Amino acid sequence: MDLEVLQITALSLQISALATAISLLLGLPFGTLLGLGTFRGRSFLLSLMNTGMGLPPVVVGLVVAMSLWRSGPLGDLKLIYTPAAIVIAQVVIAFPVAAGLTAAALQALDPRLQLQLLGLGASRWQMIWLLWREARLPLLAALMAAFGSVISEVGASMMVGGNIRHQTRVLTTAIVLETGKGAFELAIQLAVLLLGITFLVNVALTRIQQRGARR
Amino acid sequence: MKQRTLRSLSIILAGVALLAACAPAASTPVVVPTAEAPTLAPTAAPTARPAPESPDVILATTTSTQDSGLLDVLVPLFEEHTGYRVKTIAVGTGQALQMGQEGNADVLLVHAPASEKTFMEGGYGKDRFLVMHNDFIFVGPASDPAAIKGGSDAVVALTKIHEAAASFVSRGDKSGTHSKELALWKSAGLDPATEKASWYIESGQGMGATLTIASEKSAYTLTDRATYLATRANLQLGLLVEKDNALLNVYHVITVNPELWPKVNYDGAIAFAKWLTEPGIQSLISEFGVDEFGEPLFIPDAGKTDAELGL
Repeated sequence: MDLEVLQITALSLQISALATAISLLLGLPFGTLLGLGTFRGRSFLLSLMNTGMGLPPVVVGLVVAMSLWRSGPLGDLKLIYTPAAIVIAQVVIAFPVAAGLTAAALQALDPRLQLQLLGLGASRWQMIWLLWREARLPLLAALMAAFGSVISEVGASMMVGGNIRHQTRVLTTAIVLETGKGAFELAIQLAVLLLGITFLVNVALTRIQQRGARR
Repeated sequence: MKQRTLRSLSIILAGVALLAACAPAASTPVVVPTAEAPTLAPTAAPTARPAPESPDVILATTTSTQDSGLLDVLVPLFEEHTGYRVKTIAVGTGQALQMGQEGNADVLLVHAPASEKTFMEGGYGKDRFLVMHNDFIFVGPASDPAAIKGGSDAVVALTKIHEAAASFVSRGDKSGTHSKELALWKSAGLDPATEKASWYIESGQGMGATLTIASEKSAYTLTDRATYLATRANLQLGLLVEKDNALLNVYHVITVNPELWPKVNYDGAIAFAKWLTEPGIQSLISEFGVDEFGEPLFIPDAGKTDAELGL
């Protein structure tokens, strides 16, 4: 069973790391647009993002599954019950978290900073980059929140992944399976492993985050 | 301080990345044998892997076949033997049949003969083969408030439970076990579900989880023998009623009709269905569980007719 546990752990990390990365790749720019931009519909989109943060993952799983089933609109992509499907569902879950928290982080900055940077001759991209650096504490918190929301997620992973042995079984779905079989000891071992991994990743990220902090 | 922190961070992150990258790739099936894997005597099909062009086969099956551990033995053997990649989705029989109806599965391994007949009559399935059977049993707390222990009549047991208003946990999820339970209540002329009896608990979950609930609540439940044997060590439930003909639990394998759903992998489905009924695999099924539990969890039946099993 140990080899299998290692494989399940590796798969969990791969999927969640990829999903977090993609959600940040999409969420950071979008959140910046929402946070710094001024356009019609901005506050509506912001509300949407904030609602998205509270979306039940199992509902996301159901919607994504229904889209990816053979009988669904995207069935021909043959993505259902693959790790890619789990990544998709997790991106949908993590994206609003990343975007919403990025927007909030940038809005919390002193608005005069933006003007000052532009006044000193910064291009728009330089300004954005410097604002990101300035807001790196809350931005890294957004990263940790996005990661946390997907590594711990079980409903969507179960529905779109199918919890198939050696293919789409991740730590959370394995815990549900072993609990359902009554193998509580193994379930607890997996739970401790999951907590340990999550803790390690967050220790690393917190140290990066706190590197520039004043206290 | 900055240098040291940076270094230690890089080490931690590298460690995590290494862990993620180094472990065996998720795509190659790792065979972890729980029973000895016998060498298959080639019957008719060639044993050389033909590398099928559509390797993915979606098998929708019941939680009882998964919880008992049988599929963990059979599926890797099939994958090795044929080169197909099986995606085993363990849901209740109800959901499995629904998946078949919508073309979201290629082959079904289920145990609700009445629902299956409706399924076949609707034209949703193409082939249906008898695979194996085991039986259902009533389990319950040692205190046995309804005094059903030692009985061999399911209807009598249910009547006693109803009279004693003893806690009873139902699957409540349209699974094969649930269908059997409802049929038995009907035979007894009782209907606790509609009565909304307070002692009738509907878990809505798989057999393993339902047994855990029954154990925790000191309640009775109907379970298949295989799951009970496989999970007995973690439960405080005893075997109380068994060996009634009405408690037979018969499994069939059904291929989803490709004429209705052209996207199903019929080749893979029929390969799996036929493979399950091969003599070598049937004898493997008859040996499954003997080492661990002293008795086989399933009894192979391929080649027999439904009538021979009282269906």
